Amino acid sequence: MGAMTSTTVVLDPTNETRPALRPVLDRPADVKGLTVGLLDISKPRGNVFLDRIEEKLTARGATVVRYAKPTFTKPAPVDLRHEIATHCNVVIEALAD
Amino acid sequence: MGTQSSLLPDGLVIVVKKECATCQLVEPLLARIKSESGPLTVWTQDDPTFASSVGAVHDSDLAVSWHNNIETVPTLITVRDGRETGRTFGWSREDWRRLTGIDDLGEDLPAMRPGCGSMSVDPDIVDKLRARFTGDTISARHVEFSAAEDEFEAMFARGWTDGLPVVPPTRERVLRMLTGTTRAPAEVVALCPPDLIELTVEKIAINAVMAGCLPEYLPWVIAALEAVCNDTFNMHGVLATTMPVGPVIMCNGPGTRAIGMNSGINVLGQGNRANSTIGRAVQLTVRNVGGGRPGGVDRATHGNPGKVGFCFAEDELSSPFTPLSQWRGIAAGRDAVTVFAGEGPRGMVDQLARTPEELCKSLAESLIPLQHPKLVIGFDAILIISPDHGRIFRDAGWDRERVLAEITRLTTRRGADLVRGMNGMAEGIPPHLRDADLPKFRPGGLFIAYAGGGAGLFSSMIAGWANGSVGSEPVTVTVGS
Repeated sequence: MGAMTSTTVVLDPTNETRPALRPVLDRPADVKGLTVGLLDISKPRGNVFLDRIEEKLTARGATVVRYAKPTFTKPAPVDLRHEIATHCNVVIEALAD
Repeated sequence: MGTQSSLLPDGLVIVVKKECATCQLVEPLLARIKSESGPLTVWTQDDPTFASSVGAVHDSDLAVSWHNNIETVPTLITVRDGRETGRTFGWSREDWRRLTGIDDLGEDLPAMRPGCGSMSVDPDIVDKLRARFTGDTISARHVEFSAAEDEFEAMFARGWTDGLPVVPPTRERVLRMLTGTTRAPAEVVALCPPDLIELTVEKIAINAVMAGCLPEYLPWVIAALEAVCNDTFNMHGVLATTMPVGPVIMCNGPGTRAIGMNSGINVLGQGNRANSTIGRAVQLTVRNVGGGRPGGVDRATHGNPGKVGFCFAEDELSSPFTPLSQWRGIAAGRDAVTVFAGEGPRGMVDQLARTPEELCKSLAESLIPLQHPKLVIGFDAILIISPDHGRIFRDAGWDRERVLAEITRLTTRRGADLVRGMNGMAEGIPPHLRDADLPKFRPGGLFIAYAGGGAGLFSSMIAGWANGSVGSEPVTVTVGS
């Protein structure tokens, strides 16, 4: 077939975005003195898990701030993401299932 | 654009091809027209020697024919100051005499003889011409596969497919697809979740080509994407949920029949190109433009086979009910799509009911277990009534509202029986609803559609995802041009 002798040119079906590589920040060696945000995605019993995490972090000297998404079915609102980003050094998002 | 090619010289212009018998019929007249009617320019599409006695020019790349919308040969055009002032095609003695000003032209010829198709609209080459002459309306990045690469494998390798082969979206095919809509390729239709990318008509057309759509399906694909790409339908959540749902697209209106959609035998199954490819194009677009992929934002525990694409039409012409779109507020006779975050369909058998009361009782008992028998109101559903079941309602004179009222009555249960822990099942409604009487579905939450083959005392049910503002609201939109 022609595949051996000619090239095929197609149109890119994707969004053509190539995000710059954004490496994950290093984990802090210690949480002492850091502000840690705990984001509850609002699935049942997520709070039980996060209550325990808060105890552990507080015992290690972290300041814990609790946040919650209005519903687990939708992305966190922009304002909430901004608030967490400006107030916290570290964030832990509680997943479920 | 080839503006030079689209300008015609003043005087008379005639486009011919030798293969056409009507062109051969008029060819002997050309010399007289040239001598008596002033400047004459003849273009020949096929044989460069045809009409050489009047200095015919070969329209070798068909640019003149393409840019001047020549659909039939011979075409006779009058031009003054660079503008077209008159046109006729085929041989019409009256028209040719009027446009040439020669009162006794073609005395020996019949009064009328139809022309032949112009080479510039030949189905075998029209796509190439469109790509050559209108290609600058396309802005998507070009991707070249190497000569040694199998193009189908190359598209799999780039992650562009849903696991099935796709049609290579060449410029020719995409431009042909774009003839299916009057909208500009660059028009932004929506922000496509989950990455909230500006979704253009062009990108939709590319994915529609890949899905296997015909151009006349494109307005339906665009409408369905408009319907799912918003916070109301919450396509992001529908992707991200672990539940096995995807957009179920229900189509209404005369256009469903014009494009050959299936509303009959095997309506929810395979085999109909429009049903299969419209739904697939929507999913491919969300995947490729929005970035929603299984294992990425799509976190479904099981998913369902309908996530390749799930689209069907209602059988409005024989339905005992008003069309679903009308129930959703769209004017009668308008083309519309309703999108619903739904699972795969499941059957419901009742071959013995002969009254609407008996049938509604069976339907109600079958609808109650959807998602969970003790969960109510939080999930919508689609109920697809078959012709055999629909006949029972028609014969009894029951309309949609009557059926809905009866099913609501029959699915309403005491909260005390549904609370968590009751009947040995931890799942259930919160205790504070213990004293309420609760229907299975919220008002407007049961979508009755009429479709299916003519034989079978069965109906079909499609369970929904979490409804309302915490989940997905079904959306109905009209289909544009």
